Amino acid sequence: MATFLNLLIVGLATGAIYALIALGYTMVYGIIELINFAHGDIFTLGTFVTIAILSMLGVTAANPPSTMSWVLVSELALACIGSFLFCAVLGVLIERVAYRPLRNAPRLAPLISAIGVSLVLQDVGKLWFGNTNVSFVSLPIGSVQMGPVNVDVINIFVLVVAIILMAGLQLLVTRTRIGRAMRAVAQDRDAAALMGVNVNLIIGVTFFIGAGLAGAAAFIYSLKFPNTYFYLGFEQGLIAFTAAVLGGIGNLVGAMFGGLIIGLIYSLVTLIPATVLPHGGNAWNKAVIFAILILILVFRPSGLFGQNTPEKV
Amino acid sequence: MSSEEVRTSSQPAAAAVASKTEALLELRNVTKTFGGLTAVSKVDLIVRPREIVSVIGPNGAGKTTVFNLITGIYEPSSGEILLAGRSLAGLSPDKIVLQGITRTFQNIRLFNNMTVLENVLVGQHTRLKAGVLGSLFRTRSVVAEEKRARERALELLGFFGTALVARQDEYVMNLSYADRRRVEIARALAADPKLLLLDEPTAGMNEVETLEAVKYIRRLRDELGLTILLIEHKLAVTMGMSDHIAVLDYGQKIADGLPDEVRYDERVIAAYLGRQSETKAEDDESAAEEA
Repeated sequence: MATFLNLLIVGLATGAIYALIALGYTMVYGIIELINFAHGDIFTLGTFVTIAILSMLGVTAANPPSTMSWVLVSELALACIGSFLFCAVLGVLIERVAYRPLRNAPRLAPLISAIGVSLVLQDVGKLWFGNTNVSFVSLPIGSVQMGPVNVDVINIFVLVVAIILMAGLQLLVTRTRIGRAMRAVAQDRDAAALMGVNVNLIIGVTFFIGAGLAGAAAFIYSLKFPNTYFYLGFEQGLIAFTAAVLGGIGNLVGAMFGGLIIGLIYSLVTLIPATVLPHGGNAWNKAVIFAILILILVFRPSGLFGQNTPEKV
Repeated sequence: MSSEEVRTSSQPAAAAVASKTEALLELRNVTKTFGGLTAVSKVDLIVRPREIVSVIGPNGAGKTTVFNLITGIYEPSSGEILLAGRSLAGLSPDKIVLQGITRTFQNIRLFNNMTVLENVLVGQHTRLKAGVLGSLFRTRSVVAEEKRARERALELLGFFGTALVARQDEYVMNLSYADRRRVEIARALAADPKLLLLDEPTAGMNEVETLEAVKYIRRLRDELGLTILLIEHKLAVTMGMSDHIAVLDYGQKIADGLPDEVRYDERVIAAYLGRQSETKAEDDESAAEEA
């Protein structure tokens, strides 16, 4: 039981990271109907920027801090904000250079362009940190006893940060002028422009926020997991994309729940013993997740929260 | 040329008054070609403040293209469009809204997954200032602005009586066709326009609703001081409320004058009667659209 509860919490924390990445896919798809293949690689660069900022501040994996202090907390906050801003600006640049010129081209063109950007970013990552695993700083954060379970504090922290970010996004989208403009552009770009909405600006803001959330996700990923490498974002991105499709691509709440569900599955699959599946569930989690993706696409192509939207006029 | 004849020959008094007022909207020799096809050819049009002007013509005459040119969806191939004497050349649609022109659409284009109130709030987009950071941290000025915006939106919905105010939180797709047309006008009003373009504001409405629409279009001018340019198919509607009517046929303006002048203009009659079968087909089409 304790193992189960522990896996539940780990699953939720992992899922929260997927949810944050999935939001970027779903926001971009919602507004310009493009699967932004470069999104996962933006996440990778976010993990690298996190490492770079912390090492500039003298916090390195080789020389990890021994105690938590307010100085360390502020350094971490700096790394988080830095990663957010770096990824956000990168996202805007990518849209400007690789997607906007193709906005009225056939849909395959920006898709190929996105794959191209993805490959470029992977190579940038490889040039920057090489073709090896790069360790994150391990923080001196322990665990707490919650009832029968011994929980790593970091999981709780990850969950809290992710929930704050998601709640903020939800408020922004549903309650504010910018959010209304985003929804308007997503639904009918020309009509939105004719109501005075600067469509390019709003698409830029969408990329800024979506990519920024991937940056924030990269930061909290660095707290929870041991290391990163140039291909990390591609793999994690695929899983997060599955989460977005599970929730119904284009639907923000769907992406959040999709991420959490995928995280839970990822974690709970480990419970399957080696007697059932060779090498135990742990060896199968990706296979299970993509099997789920196929099942969703077959039986509920619009996702759990998606509606079959009528054809645009 | 014929239009000038109409104007000078038969309405000297109106022309004399008109020449004293500056045009709010002026199209000068505007042409729009798509590849080899000329959709709008050398059209001149003058709309003065607080006028209600109609553009009529058979299907495919270029009426909606004229609207798309004025609102910046298309750039004229040649010619010039001026609002209060200032050229609109090179302005994107959202910048033209800022200049004071908003519109509605022939096939209603509301944001269906938003509520009535939210649709009108999108219309106010250009008049509000809140940015991303201010919105995220909900600064006092953003909260106050949002409150004012909601009050203003309700005021605009109130222009059409209490029915829409009561349904402010409903999704627009649950509204009746006539109500959706009203919300679309409220949304267009939200940007505080000087000139309102209405693309077939009574399309798909029954007789009662049409009469009511005519009433509120007049009120838009009389109570809100707006200038209105509209495309209309129901001749009875246009004849009754327009200060003058421009008639397009094959992209050219074949007449422009008082309703009565246009009604008896030979070329107008020829344009309409000559292709009556087409006009009928179009009516069937819009009927099918409604269904």
